[in-house]
Amino acid sequence: MSELKLMKGNEALAEAAIRAGVDAYFGYPITPQSEVIEYLMTERPEERTGMVVLQAESEIAAINMVYGAASTGKMVMTSSSSPGISLKLEGISYLAGAELPAVIVNVVRGGPGLGTIQPSQADYFQSVKGGGHGDYKLYVLAPASVQEMADFIEDAFDIAFKYRAPVLILSDGLIGQMMEKVVLKDQKERMTDEELIEKYDSWAATGKTNRKRNIITSLDLESEKMEKRVHRLMAKYERMEKEDMRYEKIACDDAEYLIVAYGSSARISQKAIELARAKGIKVGLLRPITLFPYPKQPLFELADQVKGILSVELNAGQMVEDVKLAVEHKVPVEHFGRTGGIIHTPEEVLEALEQKIINNERIGHYKTRESSIL
Amino acid sequence: MNVLDIIKPENQVFCKTKLMTDTTLSYCPGCGHGTAHNLTMEVIDEMGIVADTIGVAPVGCSVLAYDFMNIDITQAAHGRAPAVATAIARCWPDKYVFTYQGDGDLAAIGTAETIHTCNRGENIVIIFVNNGIYGMTGGQMAPTTLEGMQSSTSPYGRDSKTMGMPIKMTELVANLPGVYYATRQSVHTHKHARKAKKAIRKAFENTRLKQGVSFIEIVSNCNSGWKMTPLEANEWMEEHMFAYFPLGDIKVNGKLK
Amino acid sequence: MAKVKGAIVVDTETCKGCEVCIPVCPEDVIGMTTEVNRKGYHYAYMKNPEACTGCTNCGIVCPDRAISVYRVKVSA
Repeated sequence: MSELKLMKGNEALAEAAIRAGVDAYFGYPITPQSEVIEYLMTERPEERTGMVVLQAESEIAAINMVYGAASTGKMVMTSSSSPGISLKLEGISYLAGAELPAVIVNVVRGGPGLGTIQPSQADYFQSVKGGGHGDYKLYVLAPASVQEMADFIEDAFDIAFKYRAPVLILSDGLIGQMMEKVVLKDQKERMTDEELIEKYDSWAATGKTNRKRNIITSLDLESEKMEKRVHRLMAKYERMEKEDMRYEKIACDDAEYLIVAYGSSARISQKAIELARAKGIKVGLLRPITLFPYPKQPLFELADQVKGILSVELNAGQMVEDVKLAVEHKVPVEHFGRTGGIIHTPEEVLEALEQKIINNERIGHYKTRESSIL
Repeated sequence: MNVLDIIKPENQVFCKTKLMTDTTLSYCPGCGHGTAHNLTMEVIDEMGIVADTIGVAPVGCSVLAYDFMNIDITQAAHGRAPAVATAIARCWPDKYVFTYQGDGDLAAIGTAETIHTCNRGENIVIIFVNNGIYGMTGGQMAPTTLEGMQSSTSPYGRDSKTMGMPIKMTELVANLPGVYYATRQSVHTHKHARKAKKAIRKAFENTRLKQGVSFIEIVSNCNSGWKMTPLEANEWMEEHMFAYFPLGDIKVNGKLK
Repeated sequence: MAKVKGAIVVDTETCKGCEVCIPVCPEDVIGMTTEVNRKGYHYAYMKNPEACTGCTNCGIVCPDRAISVYRVKVSA
């Protein structure tokens, strides 16, 4: 039976992983997400479900352990935070290139460099613009609550195995550390080795029985083959955009202005919208749930309805570029965001909306959609 | 009796194992990698364990091992094969998992993975081909390049004052309790090759008994990198490589020799 | 004891002419051809076929497993 609990985001994620039937977790300590491996070690999941949990000697080793388990078809994941994710990026590029299913969790902290251990959303570019080398993308889910930290584990694995691709859950220190009520699902049975071998016999390297050998590699020395591989990856991403893009619209029906924000910033912006509406300012929120595939079309349509858009993100301005791309100059798009680990308040968001958008002299000077067609 | 009568199928006493594909080896003529590949596959074939064997290939000359080894194999990022193998062995405790790596892969970029995989005593076989150079990338200095030995990045010979002495990885890991068997072999003559094959067989038997890490170093030649013919390289190896990297068992059944 | 006779078959297109098999033959059976195979390598052949005992030394050191070895007992 499902269970209602009060938990930290990091711990809800770990518990949800056990309940989702994850086969293996490989991690390494780094604030603000060490609770994930601490919780897993405390729960002794090898006794509960047979799940393997191992602390590696580095994030690099951990992501390559993920690669190893994934190459045999196991449900495998890792979690880290910003600097640790930078160390994992080569491995993530290998996972994408070798077409392996895996889930990586980034509980983002302030950067660059050692940065700070306080929350941030400054890894947006790293997450959605590749991060590692080569032509690949990551399917990125951005939880905005402890509930979503739990729910997105199963969603991420569904996508990972549907596309045989690495999936990133982009959280942040705020969501990882804060406690909220969370409904946890029932325990899902882990697949037996026999079931797994049968299901993934066409590709998983589980030992050559009476079939052709299975090779897991991202190497193609012949360019023609490498290009085919890249095209195969791109086809996946197109399909992700068609079938698995997720977003949420809040108070947009009568909105004259729009805030675009994900994760913690979306939660804070909802309060800013309340404050704004109390002052008669009709503003709505578009919350991307997947950062790739990004909700370009809904944003493009909303740009016809509103006079201006504020992108709110705990960084110096990253997602704002994608908002501008999606809006295609129909209306002004501005960024607001505290950095360095400081969390902007709803009042600050409202003030930015007023200064940067409502009092923006370019409001109304933009060609409307009809005239732009003529 | 003429040759045609002798070479009847029933008289065959030696041929290539079916666990090696028919793809022409990419290795240079006389390179020890080919022999090491074949000995390993022959062991797996003779033990009848191919259905439960998973190989992990490195980055380096043997990155293409998966083109030659007719087994299930996953190709790891440079230096990370031991980590990849760790996860496979943990998730599939009854499988035979082995890494096949070169000296740059295992003793340079992959040092941490090598040390910690050995220290955890993962139930795997590590086959480490030491030819004292980075072969695939064209002959650069490796952690095992001998003092005074030339390479494309030590054109005037390795200077131990600036680059230190070559690393004896097998002795290093042999001191970790997680290592059950550590030996240094070679494959350039029939005697050495047969001994190397026995060592590889013992390693896979250790895996069967879940004894932890079996670490097999194979000192080998690199004809292109050393700029010698295969026979010259093998002679040079015996004189110089074996002097610094002496052959023989270093740890057996968990005890240092 | 019964005398044995041996012979080797070299896959002439696989052989890379590395000559590693030559010094390991106790009977000095193997030599390198003057012709070259399709890749331009001289390849191994039985220079002294009569002397071969089928001991497999050459087979086991050949990196490319280009040599198959045969052996048969012959009465005195």
